[in-house]
Amino acid sequence: MTEEERRFKGPVRGQSLFAIIFVVASLLLLSQLGNETRWAKGTQLFAQPRFWPAVAVGGMVLFGLLHLWALPRKRLRHADLVEWRIWFFALEWVLWFLAYVMVVPVLGYLPSTLIFVPLLAWRVGYRGPRMLWISAGFAVAVVIVFKTFLQVRIPGGAVYEYLPGALRSFLILNF
Amino acid sequence: MELLVSAAEILARWDVVLALLVGSVGGVLIGAIPGVGPAVAIAILLPATFSMEPIVGLTVLLGIYGSSMYGGAIPAILINTPGTAVNALTTYDGFPMTARGEARRALSLAYSASFFGGVFSVVCLILFAPVLARIAPMFGSREIFLAALLGLILVVIAHRGQTLIAAALAFFGVFLNTVGLEPVKYSKRYTFDQSWLSSGVDLIVVVLGLFALSQAFYLLQGDDEKVRLTPLRGGLFQGLRELSRHPRVAGVAGSFGVVMGMIPGVGEFTAQFMSYTYAQRSSKRPEDFGHGSSEGLIAAETSNNAVPAAAMVPLLALGIPGEALTAMMLSVFYVHNVVPGPQLFQNDMPFVVALYLALLVLNVLVLIFLLSATGHLVKVVKIPNRFLGVAILTLSFVGVYSLRNSFTDCLIAACFGVFGFVLKRLSLPAVPIILGMVLGGIMEVKLRAGMARVKTPLDFIDRPIAMILFLMILGVLALHIRYVLSERRKLKEAKWSARKRSTRFGMQMFRRRDYLSTERGKKVREKRSKYVPRSTGPRSPR
Repeated sequence: MTEEERRFKGPVRGQSLFAIIFVVASLLLLSQLGNETRWAKGTQLFAQPRFWPAVAVGGMVLFGLLHLWALPRKRLRHADLVEWRIWFFALEWVLWFLAYVMVVPVLGYLPSTLIFVPLLAWRVGYRGPRMLWISAGFAVAVVIVFKTFLQVRIPGGAVYEYLPGALRSFLILNF
Repeated sequence: MELLVSAAEILARWDVVLALLVGSVGGVLIGAIPGVGPAVAIAILLPATFSMEPIVGLTVLLGIYGSSMYGGAIPAILINTPGTAVNALTTYDGFPMTARGEARRALSLAYSASFFGGVFSVVCLILFAPVLARIAPMFGSREIFLAALLGLILVVIAHRGQTLIAAALAFFGVFLNTVGLEPVKYSKRYTFDQSWLSSGVDLIVVVLGLFALSQAFYLLQGDDEKVRLTPLRGGLFQGLRELSRHPRVAGVAGSFGVVMGMIPGVGEFTAQFMSYTYAQRSSKRPEDFGHGSSEGLIAAETSNNAVPAAAMVPLLALGIPGEALTAMMLSVFYVHNVVPGPQLFQNDMPFVVALYLALLVLNVLVLIFLLSATGHLVKVVKIPNRFLGVAILTLSFVGVYSLRNSFTDCLIAACFGVFGFVLKRLSLPAVPIILGMVLGGIMEVKLRAGMARVKTPLDFIDRPIAMILFLMILGVLALHIRYVLSERRKLKEAKWSARKRSTRFGMQMFRRRDYLSTERGKKVREKRSKYVPRSTGPRSPR
């Protein structure tokens, strides 16, 4: 391990990969500055619609490059590949989250949460009945606190439409 | 006095009292659970507070902000894991006290020091409020632009060792703020002809992604930790008595907290570091620091709890948030069309004082709660990490989806969640992005307004406060450059002192050749340069 690596704040693995992606993305944004922003004639420089995007993207490129240059290790190694795989596997939780988001307007907030929380708890390794009951209890508590009491804006499920009038309204309003 | 009465009237409502109770108890619980933290909780609760009145919503958020550090001291002292990031210094002296069987004393002292810090800063700021009300109107567009710029620079250079990437991420935040329809010329910026980008990137969606979802992904990806708790016996009141024996340390730490909290971008860490260093240098037993020193614990806990009230000063007086939590609170003001800044101090001073009084009451409530319920409260430390991940993911949905019931918002938040997860894995800061977004917007508006009234660039700093802020920016940059140069020198020295000869075969051969061509060559040349007649006769016996 070199002295620079020893003094580096945080882990070295994955840093060069992140810095390269950041710089490439910044350069792409900089290349689109002319197309995606407008130069208004007869307007002061500081009031130009292009001024702040140029400052921001310019800063991203400049400091991104400097960060990449100052990294203790720029070459990609096996450790970077391992780190990249960890980032990739995190996408599973994104899919869980997006599936939950898509199911709520169909099944309703309470039924979706009651399915989602114990299922995800089961997926991450809590297979015992105690933790599954706790997760179901947590799901009900979240719905009651946010939807029933705080009345946050979450629409009722499409399946509620098939229920009889009074029950339908009650469920749409509270669950 | 009249001001205090009218401020108390604002607070004397059942919903504000309820908000105070929920905020204080909730904040302590959130702080006590390692892996959650106030940023996650505030990000999740933000949309829920939009339907409340400003004073109620802000009281809940302030409650969480102000009380989470009390709760964060519990795992820091009992299991050597800070509940919130700012309790890291508490572990230095808190955990060694637990290790020698003084957990109760350490907790009691931490609560008392936190209470003193909180109350001290609120009292300071209530007394200071009339002065602020006189100074705040002196801030025009130019001064607010310069103050925002100073705040952004301070946030960046506060991340020592990571300044370059912190600056790049701050610029990324500024860029995110520019996406969408430009408000003056109505031209699109970086929308790529996508309708969902025309309204820009919502701050709350980014906050929820970077703080809440990323934390959920991080916890879900990790493992559960086994926690062994030390049983607590006896009362917790002795800390107040012990604190009274160290008034100097508590007073100085509280003052550092107030001053550092008021400077945007500096915050708890600098206040703690300065207080701890002062306490150690002025102590009769400096060798005890880091091994269970009561003075060290007082310095750390007093200074970090003095910051929240002080951090509200730049937010309320200038509309400039100094860190991520106050940046989130700014959105509550915006939703209710309350614009924090000099006008708020001039026209609605009772509202400002009411917020400070709420913080004062909050500290009392939290102390009472902790003194009576710590025995039961410590059990929350045992909640397994991955289950916390499940809980945060579920709660994040409420935060993002309740904004506009938009799948696109959830998708953007998820993308920022992955980005925040990567930043967490690499120990890179996410705060500069949020502050870049908030301060970038302020800087754009104020620079445009400020430059409209100046003829030459020097006119921009011709007013006294603008000049002071400009000199402060130059001073801060000069100090940072000096720090960078000294670090480079230290690195060079360390590299030279640690330099070793390579044992590679190629290098050994190279050194041999070098030796032969220089050192040995010198000897050979020296020998040959002298005339030494060869003896021809028989050798004489020795």
